[in-house]
Amino acid sequence: MSSTISLNGSTTSSLSQLPIGAHARVLSIGGTGSTARRLMEMGVIPGAPVRVIKSAPLGGPLEICVRGYHLALRQTEARTIMVSNEQ
Amino acid sequence: MSVTLQSPVVSNPSEQDPQIGAGAVLIALAGNPNAGKTTLFNALTGMRQKVANYPGVTVERKEGWWALDSPAKPLRLLDLPGLYSLDATSIDEQIARNVLLGKVGGVPAPVVTIAVVDATNLERNLYLVTQILEYGRPVVVALTMSDLAKKAGVEIDVAAMSNSLGVPVVPVVAAQRTGLNELSAAVRKVLGSVGPGAGWRLSVDAETEIDSLLSADGFRLDRRAAIEAIYGDDLPVDEPLRTAALSARERLAAASPDWWQEPLLARYQWIETIVGETVTHRQGSAATTSEKIDGWLTHRFFGPLILLGVMLLVFQTIFSWASVPMDLIDHGFGLLADLVRTNMAPGLLTDLLTDGVIAGVGGVLVFLPQILLLFFFISILEDTGYMARAAFLMDRLMHGVGLHGKAFMPLLSSFACAIPGIMATRTIENPKDRIATIMIAPFMSCSARLPVYTLMIGAFFAEQKVLGIVSVGAILILAMYLLGIVVAIAVAFLFKRTILKAPAPPLVMEMPPYRIPNFFTIAHDMFTRAGLFLKRAGTVILAISIVLWALASFPRYHAPASDANASTSEAATVDPHTIQLEQSFAGRGGKILEPVIRPLGFDWKMGIALISSFAARETLVSTLSIIYNVGDDADEKSDSLIGAVRGAKREDGKPAWTPLVALSMMVFFVLACQCMSTVAIVRRETNSWRWPLFMVAYMTALAWIASFITFQGGRLLGFG
Repeated sequence: MSSTISLNGSTTSSLSQLPIGAHARVLSIGGTGSTARRLMEMGVIPGAPVRVIKSAPLGGPLEICVRGYHLALRQTEARTIMVSNEQ
Repeated sequence: MSVTLQSPVVSNPSEQDPQIGAGAVLIALAGNPNAGKTTLFNALTGMRQKVANYPGVTVERKEGWWALDSPAKPLRLLDLPGLYSLDATSIDEQIARNVLLGKVGGVPAPVVTIAVVDATNLERNLYLVTQILEYGRPVVVALTMSDLAKKAGVEIDVAAMSNSLGVPVVPVVAAQRTGLNELSAAVRKVLGSVGPGAGWRLSVDAETEIDSLLSADGFRLDRRAAIEAIYGDDLPVDEPLRTAALSARERLAAASPDWWQEPLLARYQWIETIVGETVTHRQGSAATTSEKIDGWLTHRFFGPLILLGVMLLVFQTIFSWASVPMDLIDHGFGLLADLVRTNMAPGLLTDLLTDGVIAGVGGVLVFLPQILLLFFFISILEDTGYMARAAFLMDRLMHGVGLHGKAFMPLLSSFACAIPGIMATRTIENPKDRIATIMIAPFMSCSARLPVYTLMIGAFFAEQKVLGIVSVGAILILAMYLLGIVVAIAVAFLFKRTILKAPAPPLVMEMPPYRIPNFFTIAHDMFTRAGLFLKRAGTVILAISIVLWALASFPRYHAPASDANASTSEAATVDPHTIQLEQSFAGRGGKILEPVIRPLGFDWKMGIALISSFAARETLVSTLSIIYNVGDDADEKSDSLIGAVRGAKREDGKPAWTPLVALSMMVFFVLACQCMSTVAIVRRETNSWRWPLFMVAYMTALAWIASFITFQGGRLLGFG
């Protein structure tokens, strides 16, 4: 998945590609399984603002802030979430 | 601990069994994990509560009595498991769904549902509320942590929110008991009324599908059930609803590939509208306290170090603190047995009481201090929010073996004792991951193995040093711990790819803000869990103790009185206990077992000790003391026992024990499942005999193979 730059200056990428501290807005959730459903139930839905807090050592899970609380998810799951990076 | 609910007011005939509680009105408490549900439940019920399992599953069913109108007519209050949604297929969510529908045996459909909502985390907490509202029954929202929300700069217009949701919203601070009267009043107000239902609507296409299901004659569905039929994880089971739902799904999917997201989006849109109208934020983007703490606790480098430090501290405390009450309990039961022995005529009944019942009960109770302390720490780590951080840090490692980050804590606890470790696996949602974790937990070298290691090392490896400084004993103990860990990882890896095959569990885990734990809740939790252990495992352990006692006591040996003078020297040296044990079923079993354990370097006397140690590992020490006739109060450090082990001879005059035999024995103890308490608790946690029996079988087989390799390999290399 590569980043693309859109006309209004924001870049589209997957959540896993965002640098630590980046603010972004969710565009879409890939996949249809129970993991995608659980992510959305937890408030990760298109339009929701997210912030990347940190990642665990050795390529471990990612910690993000969404709807005012902190959520941990693996890189595998983060790759399915497309976001627009807000500069 | 069975909290007695037989208060005079409750024991009227219609409500005699609080578990079934026929006739009593039920109120359900539902909410997200970490929303303050337990604190509210405790505040409403006090100590008048009871913990059991739902039929057929190991989901905890917490129920209490709430004196809503008057203490004379308390209502049943049911604390549902903490959940984020009612849609997914985890056991907790299925149970909660069935309770709300009144489909669980012994639990009537709740007349009112109290939805617990964390004010500091409104949007996600309200998601569950939107689902509960869909059932169309009376709902009251209890807004917890409103004091914390205010501090964080969140102002909530409670009246406006109540208006928008269509149900009463009551701010409560359960720990300080504020808002409880208002909550009672709100519940009384909605009792017997009809709920407002869901406030959101789907697209025209979707609503048409729902309406066609609702209007179909044969189905008799409510809106919630219709939505579930079309959008639930699983299709309805019963025909023709199944076919109808399937074709509705196909039509919607043809129109849009993201059709399944529609209710999720609609619910959150509704929530965003309500929150936008009723909540004002006046906070900057400054990092929260939790984020600052996490700057250290989940730091790439310091985080794992701190985790290591926390665990060291917990273990140090458990080993040093628990040993005092453990010795006291052990000593106390010894005294009790002596007391019975001196006050009762010698005979079978006395033996059964002292060596069977008292020793058996003592064998269970001796674990209690460790279990209480471990549960104390686990509760603190959970309630402060640190447990999620530990899972976050360890997930990469655990994921590599196919396990969940949440398996880390249970496995670590098992180094002290597998029982609380196995009970702590309840936080793992996926049943297969949970069983995989349970199956490998007993490989962690628990404290009961230490006496065995100590005796073996004391007898054969004491005072030996490597390079002049490091003692061989320390290296061996470390090696035994590592052996357990390596085998556990290998077994988990294997099981997750064979008998417990399942896709790697996803990690979508809330990292709750750090909170100061409520010590009443922790103490309550600790005693409840310990009580469950005593009640369920205790009965099984007592039964097995009596069986083992019988095996060691029958057939009876009667010292021939006439020979007493004839061969005084013989009678003086051989204790009747030793002869009794040799001639008993256990002793005969040791001899029968000898061909099987001979390749491991063990003789039949060790066989007896092995048989008895299947009750509990540390029993090996006391059994060897009886066999070698050094008095059964010798412990693993006593010189007489060490001397006896060193001097023991086989029939052919060769020493029974060599360093290699001792090593083989230690390896056997690392891997064999010799703990009836563990077996009992696995039986309880998996709700079947299949898994505990499988565990005993495969662990014993592994232990035999590893000992065989150790002993035969050692001999080939020229040792022993």
